[in-house]
Amino acid sequence: MVRHSGRSTATEELQPIAPSKLSIEEVSKSFKTASGPVLALDRVSLSVAESEFVCLVGASGCGKSTLLNIIAGLEKPDSGAVLADGKPVTEPGRERLVMFQEPALFPWLDVVGNVLFGLNLKHNLTRKDRRDVARYYLELVGLSRFERANIHELSGGMKQRVSLARALAPNPRVLLMDEPFAALDALTREQFYGDIQEIWKSRRKTIVFVTHNVREAACLGDRVLVFSPHPGRIQAEFRIDLPRPRDINSVDLAAHATRIKEGLMMHRKTEPVPK
Amino acid sequence: MRRFLLAVSFFLGLLLLWQWLFQMRFWSPVLLPSPLQVWLYLKGAAADGTLFHAAVITMRRLITGYLLGVIIGLPLGLATARFQVLRDTMGTLALGLQTLPSVCWVPLALLWFGQTEAAMLFVVVMGTVWSVVIATDTGVRNVPPIFRRAALTMGSKRLHIWFKVILPAALPFVVSGMKQGWAFAWRSLMAAEIFVTVLTGFGLGQLLHFGRELNAMEQVIAIMLVIVVIGLLADKIFFSPVERFLHRRWGTSQA
Repeated sequence: MVRHSGRSTATEELQPIAPSKLSIEEVSKSFKTASGPVLALDRVSLSVAESEFVCLVGASGCGKSTLLNIIAGLEKPDSGAVLADGKPVTEPGRERLVMFQEPALFPWLDVVGNVLFGLNLKHNLTRKDRRDVARYYLELVGLSRFERANIHELSGGMKQRVSLARALAPNPRVLLMDEPFAALDALTREQFYGDIQEIWKSRRKTIVFVTHNVREAACLGDRVLVFSPHPGRIQAEFRIDLPRPRDINSVDLAAHATRIKEGLMMHRKTEPVPK
Repeated sequence: MRRFLLAVSFFLGLLLLWQWLFQMRFWSPVLLPSPLQVWLYLKGAAADGTLFHAAVITMRRLITGYLLGVIIGLPLGLATARFQVLRDTMGTLALGLQTLPSVCWVPLALLWFGQTEAAMLFVVVMGTVWSVVIATDTGVRNVPPIFRRAALTMGSKRLHIWFKVILPAALPFVVSGMKQGWAFAWRSLMAAEIFVTVLTGFGLGQLLHFGRELNAMEQVIAIMLVIVVIGLLADKIFFSPVERFLHRRWGTSQA
């Protein structure tokens, strides 16, 4: 759906937007460290279909977050390219919004102010429409009552909900999630699994989700890609064809998780990870 | 209410102590006037307009110089935070000059500008600007990089990031720098007014100085009180509400 120039209303703004197709082509990236250069990504190629939910799993330091940052446009690859709907990604932008492990909310703004931040950069909306859109997403994540709250007054889970609302509000085509639930307690996290599947179903986004939690990956992804470190490569790929919504505690899911874990471990056996 | 009563009784106690010291004649009444004498001077000076006139002149110098200092200091601090070259040069200069008590600028200001308003202004600006530069620089450097990254992905760019992310994120530092700058400016202006008689207007410092020359201690003490009250008011009216807001938003204090 192409946004027409000129004014648009809150109702139009809230229409689902066509999700992007991503294609990552031969992306390499190395970092200089005190002990010499480290190849974080070694000619990684990957394509993500429209409105596909792809999970990247791997041990810490395997380059999965680096890949996410490159897709976001926050970092540049040394070689290779990322294409979103056929166009090369050269800079960050609201078509591909990132949700970080930390909520990264702005403490000088209240809850609704944070959700409005990205919307305020959409000049085709009136003030009132922006507010309506922000309120819609706050309701979606169940925080309507906390519109006027200060950030420091929220719990960790609530902060991450605001962060999700903030990422959804500008209606991106792609949602990039970098271990967004890693710092939350188990109960809060399980609630998120249900919510995120529901939101993904109703808003139709392409999602790339980075995690080191194998069960989480099996619960959320259409496809799970296992990364191996040093150099960072895609080691194995698993298609999860369980019906949705999926329950993190189901037996079928556990079977998938076990397979993925074996994929991860296989690599460990052949090449011990130097610490 | 209890806090208010406590404060009132504290100051009443101070007043009684003063009266007692006066009555015991530890010092000659010429050196230590009674609270009543000071009060009478204040009443007289307020009635004939001297006090008001002097306060207006002083505040005009202070506010003009202070605003000028902030207007120069803020962008300079942003620039030193942004460009390493400027940090190594201007930043170091600012750090050095901040440690220099701004009274030290008075002789130089006199030689450069003569006994003029410009000399007064110069001293106030020098008192303000370096604190603001250093606080802004520190504030910007302490902004968590994740804020910038989050803003970038939401489509925020250069100027928008500076005004909507980096500056607000640095605000607690900037405000404390502005408060320090205000204190330095106030001190240096008083010093300048006591040292230098500028014919274009007699400020509070000059009234204090005349009081000393005339051996009128009640005038000296009265002006000192006025200076203290102005300092307190500036803090309560301007800085306290801003700080309270910051504390509430950031959650940095229990109040």
